[in-house]
Amino acid sequence: MELLSGAEMVVRALRDEGVKYIYGYPGGALLHVYDALFQQDEVEHILVRHEQAATHMADAYARATNKPGVALVTSGPGATNAVTGIATAYMDSIPMVVITGQVMSFLIGEDAFQETDMLGISRPIVKHNFTVTRAEDIPTIIKKAFYIAQTGRPGPVVIDIPKDMTTPTERFPYEYPKSVKLRSYNPVTKGHSGQIRKAVDMLLAAKRPMIYTGGGVIMGDASAELTQLAHLLNYPVTNTLMGLGGFPGTDRQFVGMLGMHGSYEANMAMHHSDLILAVGARFDDRVTNGVDKFCPTARIVHIDIDPASISKTIQADVPIVGPAKVVLEEMIDLVKDSKKRPDADAITAWWKQIDEWRGRHGGRYRTDDSELMKPQQVIEMLSRVTNGDAYVCSDVGQHQMFAAQYYKYNKPNRWINSGGLGTMGFGLPAAMGIKLNFPDADVACVTGEGSIQMNIQELSTCKQYDIPVKIICLNNQSLGMVRQWQDMNYESRHSQSYMNSLPDFIKLAESYGHVGMKVTRYSDLEGAMREAFALKDRLVFMDIYVDPFEHVYPMQVPRGSMRDMWLSKTERT
Amino acid sequence: MRHIISVLMENEPGALSRVVGLFSQRNFNIESLTVAPTDDETLSRMTVMTTGDDRVIEQITKQLNKLIDVVKVVDLSEGEHIERELMMIKFKANGQMRAEIKRTADIFRGQIIDITPNTYTVQLVGSSDKLDAFIASLGNASIMEVVRSGVSGIARGEKVLTI
Ligand SMILES: Cc1cc2nc3c(=O)[nH]c(=O)nc-3n(C[C@H](O)[C@H](O)[C@H](O)COP(=O)(O)OP(=O)(O)OC[C@H]3O[C@@H](n4cnc5c(N)ncnc54)[C@H](O)[C@@H]3O)c2cc1C
Ligand SMILES: Cc1ncc(C[n+]2csc(CCOP(=O)(O)OP(=O)(O)O)c2C)c(N)n1
Ligand SMILES: [Mg+2]
Repeated sequence: MELLSGAEMVVRALRDEGVKYIYGYPGGALLHVYDALFQQDEVEHILVRHEQAATHMADAYARATNKPGVALVTSGPGATNAVTGIATAYMDSIPMVVITGQVMSFLIGEDAFQETDMLGISRPIVKHNFTVTRAEDIPTIIKKAFYIAQTGRPGPVVIDIPKDMTTPTERFPYEYPKSVKLRSYNPVTKGHSGQIRKAVDMLLAAKRPMIYTGGGVIMGDASAELTQLAHLLNYPVTNTLMGLGGFPGTDRQFVGMLGMHGSYEANMAMHHSDLILAVGARFDDRVTNGVDKFCPTARIVHIDIDPASISKTIQADVPIVGPAKVVLEEMIDLVKDSKKRPDADAITAWWKQIDEWRGRHGGRYRTDDSELMKPQQVIEMLSRVTNGDAYVCSDVGQHQMFAAQYYKYNKPNRWINSGGLGTMGFGLPAAMGIKLNFPDADVACVTGEGSIQMNIQELSTCKQYDIPVKIICLNNQSLGMVRQWQDMNYESRHSQSYMNSLPDFIKLAESYGHVGMKVTRYSDLEGAMREAFALKDRLVFMDIYVDPFEHVYPMQVPRGSMRDMWLSKTERT
Repeated sequence: MRHIISVLMENEPGALSRVVGLFSQRNFNIESLTVAPTDDETLSRMTVMTTGDDRVIEQITKQLNKLIDVVKVVDLSEGEHIERELMMIKFKANGQMRAEIKRTADIFRGQIIDITPNTYTVQLVGSSDKLDAFIASLGNASIMEVVRSGVSGIARGEKVLTI
């Protein structure tokens, strides 16, 4: 057997796991590992400008492929800089492996230089973490980390490696395990057949059914099954923010996103439904609004791979623990084999009602004659220019909600955003992670002038590795989402939500060697955007000035039911 | 409602902190907690006494089960079980209090495990209620120190928590 040092084993194990890119930043505790990286060319390291960006790049790769992304950061400040990225992945259940350097094992606990207790710090934001106490365990630990990160409910795994575990002169026989088994970890592979049968009976008997699906359908690769089942039944489908693309956005059966900024028709239909089939969605508080008023007439079937997601906030009538893909397949077979059919009259009446709701609001927004653009128009243009086929990587704020509402996602894994943690600064590194791995795809970073400045330094990484993403900055000269809440709840006292002294983004982009475009008039938008996407091998920063006073609607009224919404600045349900 | 939850987990460094962290992170109660290795040295057994309504207890068991180091979880309160807690309690014991403490300890089947001219230390094993009752019945005595182990529990009959 080949003899390798701990450092070499780290790199070799990543290669044997099929990892092509790792994203990271070096430092003292990792110098042996970086030296091992230097001496091979199979695993390519991308040098970011801030460790947070490394984690978001790895995370975005995972969101697009459902395979774990890998980040490598040094001890102390490197590790703490990665914390936001780890938490971002954790909240959205994204598989990721983060390797953190650590001080020599015999120094741990002595406040050594650049020592932080990364196991302690990361514990509440990881699916699991490991420390290496014997160098020869490195291959097994890495195998376990990948296995845990991507099976069951996915999530980030941290491996903390003390520097003396990577010493170049200490060599061990290397073999990468083909598989691992943990007696204490056995993710479910299939749902309970009796429960599934019961659920299908209820589904076929429903008069006002709703299919409500989330990130679990995307991550669980169940979008084809979901679409097939929904078409078979002709039932309406709504997606959470994390579930967009799980069902085709342009399909007639799609009623839009639900929740706080969900569509009028989705929220109305949820409220009046008599049966909700929830798939890989976790009844988040941004979805349910006041839990005591949530969907008063609905019975709930809940499919989730994590039993802890079921009946956590909303009691399920029929819980089904299992992978969405397998459970939905079983449901499709049962529906096909069943002699029962959906109640055609009831379903027709239900669609009539839904279409009426659709007609009443239908995602409208007010445009006036002025040339000042509405942010919604920019997203609709983006959807048009990219044929609804781009990877859209969003930051956090109003622009994120507009990108969710007005871009039509027809494919899963194309809408890349931070939903659970809502991390400003996610968008640019995420877009970079995607573009690097899918060089032929159109990749847009939809952002705001606030969010983009949280990881703007990555323009430099884009220069170094030629990562030609398109930055669509909806510049409203304010922290728009904050400002909207201040308008609605604090009599427009705009405390610290105004972005004073913005940089000249065009010059900034140019100074990093990229292309900048400023757009202030709607009539210039289409031409500029087409030009930007035609510049295949250049990063283009589109600084697009939009109406600073626009709000995101619909917006649910706090602690109300799902149907309690503001529909515009002046209309309420 | 009071629940006694038994957890079998890998005897690994950090495993205990994961469990304790989970309780504080998710706003669950810990009334008491005991942990020690089992006959199988790769496993530890932990008993957590907690309170909460059915929904909270369901979340506690589900979230515990999700921890990678946790092998098995049971809520002992769901079935017939035996619970025990150990208490050592040091009294100031002079004059006629000496006899009263001794008498009460006998009634509760406690043992005096340490004596000085001015103190008695009593050891008592039983349910938490019994320990509370003992303290209450010596309300007029002067307690110097109380140390309780927290609850351990085991199911009655043939049911066992092993792998
Ligand atoms: C500014 C802002 C506004 C927001 N507004 C809204 C809003 O209006 N509407 C909205 O929906 N969200 C909104 N969010 C997002 C919200 O905070 C949550 O992140 C989101 O609702 C959670 O989506 P989800 O329920 O799909 O769960 P996810 O976080 O995607 O979780 C996935 C669920 O699926 C399960 N799962 C994973 N894999 C599988 C599998 N293979 N099979 C079965 N189950 C699986 C997991 O166990 C988990 O329960 C907003 C966020 C921000 C930042
Ligand atoms: C790191 C971080 N800090 C603070 C917030 C709170 N927050 C949510 S949206 C928002 C404003 C975002 O401004 P901008 O990026 O310009 O987007 P806009 O809402 O104007 O479209 C803020 C401050 C957050 N989500 N993330
Ligand atoms: Mg803004």
